[in-house]
Amino acid sequence: MLLAQNISYKVGKKSIVSDCSIVIQPGEFTAIVGPNGAGKTSLLRVLSHESTRYKGNVTFNGKNITKIKSRELSALRAVLPQHTTVNFPFAIEQIIEIGRYPHQTTRIENERIICEVLELTGLSSFRGRAYQTLSGGEQQRVQLARVITQIWDQADFPKYLLLDEPTSSMDMAHQHTLLELAKNLCNRNIGVLAILHDLNLAAQYADNVLFLKAGATVAQGSVRDVMTEEIIEKTFAHPVKVSYDEWTNKPVIYSLPKNRFTITEKQIVNKNKYVYE
Amino acid sequence: MEAVFITKSRSHTAVILTGLVIFLILLFLISLSIGAVSVSVREIIQILVAKVGIGTHAQDVQSMVLLNIRLPRLVFTVLIGAALGISGGALQGLFRNPLVEPGTIGVSSGAALGAILVILGGKLISPVLAEALGNWLSPLFAFLGGIAATLVTLRLGSYEGRTQITILILAGVAISAIASAAIGLSIFYADEQQLRTFSFWTLGDLSVATWQKIAMLTPIISISVVGLVAMAKPLNALALGEAEAFHSGVHVERLKISIILLCAMAIGTSVAFAGIISFVGLVVPHVIRMLFSPDHELVLPASAITGACLLILADIFARTIVAPAELPIGIVTAIVGTPFFLYLLISTKRKKML
Repeated sequence: MLLAQNISYKVGKKSIVSDCSIVIQPGEFTAIVGPNGAGKTSLLRVLSHESTRYKGNVTFNGKNITKIKSRELSALRAVLPQHTTVNFPFAIEQIIEIGRYPHQTTRIENERIICEVLELTGLSSFRGRAYQTLSGGEQQRVQLARVITQIWDQADFPKYLLLDEPTSSMDMAHQHTLLELAKNLCNRNIGVLAILHDLNLAAQYADNVLFLKAGATVAQGSVRDVMTEEIIEKTFAHPVKVSYDEWTNKPVIYSLPKNRFTITEKQIVNKNKYVYE
Repeated sequence: MEAVFITKSRSHTAVILTGLVIFLILLFLISLSIGAVSVSVREIIQILVAKVGIGTHAQDVQSMVLLNIRLPRLVFTVLIGAALGISGGALQGLFRNPLVEPGTIGVSSGAALGAILVILGGKLISPVLAEALGNWLSPLFAFLGGIAATLVTLRLGSYEGRTQITILILAGVAISAIASAAIGLSIFYADEQQLRTFSFWTLGDLSVATWQKIAMLTPIISISVVGLVAMAKPLNALALGEAEAFHSGVHVERLKISIILLCAMAIGTSVAFAGIISFVGLVVPHVIRMLFSPDHELVLPASAITGACLLILADIFARTIVAPAELPIGIVTAIVGTPFFLYLLISTKRKKML
């Protein structure tokens, strides 16, 4: 279990995250949602130990994060940042191989893992391509393959995958492919945490959701409990409508225009015209 | 299928490095045979073999020239070239930018400044002592000057874990300006004969090689080369960014400090003994990346070998083109290097990385 308790994080005097707690269970998909600047990425940085100047406690499988050496930590959790630029023309398999650096496994074992992950992420045909020549969405897939490679080994302890907006540059189909993949990783004793912008994606793939606003928790719980019009409107300060899809039995969120209650005379006339015609 | 591909790229590294070493040995022998006194490659091998103790060769002019003039100069060139090449590759990796080299970010100038301060200060305090310690103190101060310059540029050029190349190069310009002011000042107080040192510091000089200097350079540059090659994998991870490298288990701060120290050692001693020779560290790692692969496990050792090769070629050129006089080596490297640097600038601008 990855546990963060009472996390507060400040930059200068500005409070970015205040008294936030989150639990990530292995085998579950947890999503963080919230408006821009809510402190989602900052919270993720605390969990990945990239930020160290915070108040509160982070434990991985019961061990305090400050007691874990960086190499040990990297075998325990992998992190996918929002965007990664590479200034040298690395081939994609060279980038993915970096995921094997923290491990002392043999070269043959590493090659086997890289093959499996390339297959899994549908990148086998991209082998030999220079990373810089790929589109934004393809680059994200390569980085995902790298972080999966890092925690692919079978182990007797749970591992964690932290994803910061993994679908931001992807088309609709690839967004679903990626999240399905992440969801399937939960079966390998991995706990997945993803910052997501699209509430519908969060509703469909997450087991638990944390709503964050101005660095503070608005709500936290199972999708059914927290994906409500009230909580979403409170978090995003924007009107929405939530209904349930009859096949998946998951909530579907419609965002509505802000001024939907101030319908003008002209709109009524138009509507009547349409009805009578 | 995939496994085959990756194994292939691994064995590629060994093949490429072996090829480069063979090329270096050939160049080495060719360079030994070129000069005012003609010595054939067969004679060279005979003389060298005799020196090691197998077989015999008469003590003649050829063997004197070879063992006391050409061989030390060539070994010196190889060491300096290797130091410049590998430092260029490692610094480009550290700053994650292909425009960086010991010259452009002010490391060479910082080192020169350190060495010059010793010479100037020594003259003021005790000329005799300065003479005696000069050989030891100037590399030490060059090393310190190199570290200081790298730290300043790294500090100025990076913001929240990102390196801003524009500021980096401007910081390099500033450090170079201070160094050339100091060099100019030392020239101002220098006599006619010492004026020659000006070209030494700014354009480099390989003719000052002696076996004693080689004995000092060899361990220091060997440590740098071995140490930097050991940083290859963490440098690959750093190519993705500092956060990504940390997530992959790299101790980023320790890596940065180690690379700065090792590069400053190599560049500091090179500059103290041979002056500033620019652009070798810029061109060499690029050629390796363009021809083969950006993998630091290849780039670093290959840059050391290719740096040596390039400097031997430049030296052959410098001492034959205007024989019996000699061009300063830095002029040759700059003639090749500056257009290359401009080409890099333009292509970087096109990619909107500047």
